[in-house]
Amino acid sequence: MDQAALETARTIIEKWRPKKGNLIMILHDVQDAFGYIPPDIARYLARTLHIPLARIYEVLTFYHYFKLQPPGKYKISVCMGTACYLKGSPSLLQELKNILNVEEGQTTKDGMFYLESVRCLGCCGLSPALAVNETVHGTLTKSDVIDIVSQYAKEA
Amino acid sequence: MITKTVLIKDTTPGSTSGTKEFFDVFTAALRESKLADEIRLVRAADIGVYNHGIVLKILPDNITYANVQHHDIKRIIGVTLKHGNPIKDLLYQPRAYQLRLVLKNCGRIDPESIDDYIAHDGYRALSAALQAGPDTVIREITASGLRGRGGGGFPTGLKWSMTRSTPGNEKYMICNADEGDPGAYMDRSVLEGDPHAVIEGMLIAGFAIGASQGYFYIRAEYPLAIERVQKAIDQAHAYGLVGERIFGSDFSMDLEIRLGAGAFVCGEETALIASIEGKRGTPSPRPPYPSVKGLWGKPTCINNVETLANVPSIIRNGSAWFSRIGTENSKGTKVFAVTGKVRNSGLIEVPMGTTLRDIVFEIGGGTASGKRFKAVQTGGPSGGVIPEHLLDTPVDYDNLQKLGSIMGSGGMIVMDEDDCMVDIAKFYLKFCVDESCGKCAPCRIGGYQMLNLLENISRGNATLEDLERLRLIAKAMQKASLCGLGQTAANPVLSTLRYFEDEYREHILNRRCPSKKCTALLQFIIDRSRCKKCGLCARSCPEKAITGDKEHGYTIDTARCINCGMCFETCKFGAVERN
Repeated sequence: MDQAALETARTIIEKWRPKKGNLIMILHDVQDAFGYIPPDIARYLARTLHIPLARIYEVLTFYHYFKLQPPGKYKISVCMGTACYLKGSPSLLQELKNILNVEEGQTTKDGMFYLESVRCLGCCGLSPALAVNETVHGTLTKSDVIDIVSQYAKEA
Repeated sequence: MITKTVLIKDTTPGSTSGTKEFFDVFTAALRESKLADEIRLVRAADIGVYNHGIVLKILPDNITYANVQHHDIKRIIGVTLKHGNPIKDLLYQPRAYQLRLVLKNCGRIDPESIDDYIAHDGYRALSAALQAGPDTVIREITASGLRGRGGGGFPTGLKWSMTRSTPGNEKYMICNADEGDPGAYMDRSVLEGDPHAVIEGMLIAGFAIGASQGYFYIRAEYPLAIERVQKAIDQAHAYGLVGERIFGSDFSMDLEIRLGAGAFVCGEETALIASIEGKRGTPSPRPPYPSVKGLWGKPTCINNVETLANVPSIIRNGSAWFSRIGTENSKGTKVFAVTGKVRNSGLIEVPMGTTLRDIVFEIGGGTASGKRFKAVQTGGPSGGVIPEHLLDTPVDYDNLQKLGSIMGSGGMIVMDEDDCMVDIAKFYLKFCVDESCGKCAPCRIGGYQMLNLLENISRGNATLEDLERLRLIAKAMQKASLCGLGQTAANPVLSTLRYFEDEYREHILNRRCPSKKCTALLQFIIDRSRCKKCGLCARSCPEKAITGDKEHGYTIDTARCINCGMCFETCKFGAVERN
């Protein structure tokens, strides 16, 4: 593990050390910093916080939010909330799988796009919706998907 | 010079030419009265009133007329356009009113400015509460009849007094902002639009129960809400409204944000507590209730965002004011996220007791497609569907429960005739199966078995006995599951079975999906007359089940077809039919 990463992890731990029940908040900050929870960092947390590694992974694997693999440059989250589901988000997801040639939870070979389906983006008024990183694209049809993907591919 | 503008819209369902016709007649009449240069007519796309014939909106007077006939035009020109007077018998009388108590400030004040909130009576309730003392505060909240807005509807005053009466000098207050119901975003809007109201509610609640520490448990998926609540806490801290000796009194309370991490079960009180403690979010048996043994074993009170947002205005205006709104057992208003196949999707706030029909048709404007309304789903994965013949039910906690649904946190999903009830039941159940924490067997195994049965039904591989099996497992889950998730997970299945059993039978007996949603039961064929022989379908078929060429056209080999529906979606000419 390189020194900079170690330093980041140390700062996060020190920030939360005085607080009770801080493990989940530490993991949030680690994921914010690295984009996922690197195994080396998880081991470092276990050593420094005196928590068994199994307990850390017990928490990590319980919550959907934590990622164990590095994400792509662009994270595409297709909303599968009820409103979006009724208005056709499964076909958006299928279209993305076809275009990107990946399954849910996978990153494209070039590391550009990570595809996932999420519970609800909370944009039910814009259904069906998907988010690329933090930007929400709403009231989509299947044919809009290719435009969105190519727009981000061009930007990169 | 233009002095008035008249928006015109024919709101009769299915009418396509009414607006234009009326527009032409009106234009001619204006010319006759020599007003054509002063009055501008606009054919509006949407006025926000539905199913009321021709609707006119006159600006800047802001007069709305409904069910206007051609022979009314003369009167309108003479009375309203010339002299600015309204015509009583034509005025639009909305049947359902929205009443914004919780959303009062949303969109009106700057959510990032504590000064703006204070200028709108902010923190006055906190000051009054501190002077009145905890017992008076609890008495007021109890008298107001406020019940938990997170779904269960537990009386808030009772919860507070239970936590207060538990001995102990360390108590905690938690705001449950883990809005996990797919298709609902009320809490998000309140946190983003009026964070100080929730903070004020938290402080009043904390004062009442005797807490010195409060936690906001917010979904990590709501970054803006997190940012705004944090900012609001910092501002309140700087003003001495959070922290040591608030308003110079003996009361001290700190607030802190803890993030959820994408687990629906953490909306359940005991699981939420485990999550704040940094553990897996699995529930524990109750009793002991959190009011006795909660966060770190101390007495804890957990309230939902909307519940807390109601508190300041109750303290400010008094319990009598609040309890006048609503029905016998459900007081105040409720915020709903009306979404799905409805014309006007969005957040609404109505007094308890408003009928579902008024919400869906009057405020929501009916189905977006104009297709037949089928059902409305309330309460998310823990709730149920309500069919059309029960739409006149006034919304309150007890009524919805009687219908086999629940109030829930406020998701309201409108479904039209294209939605298959077996598919809907499967969607919600799949959600609960994915979100089941796995701690207790009835929920973990029962949900999975029910899902298998539904899967079989939607594939046409089921028998009528399977319906009985579904009911049996559902009953076991309701009775034996550890927490609310498992106890209510079967509600969507039970309620669709209760109101739409015919649809289940159709799947089982005739292997047919009336809404054409269950693709395994469909047959895809290419309609030669509409086929343009472009070959797109053949290229999209993952199984290469479509053969032919650009000269002779294409056919689907049903033996190889896996009913994925790709060709149906790909065809730009509607030549692929599903039956």
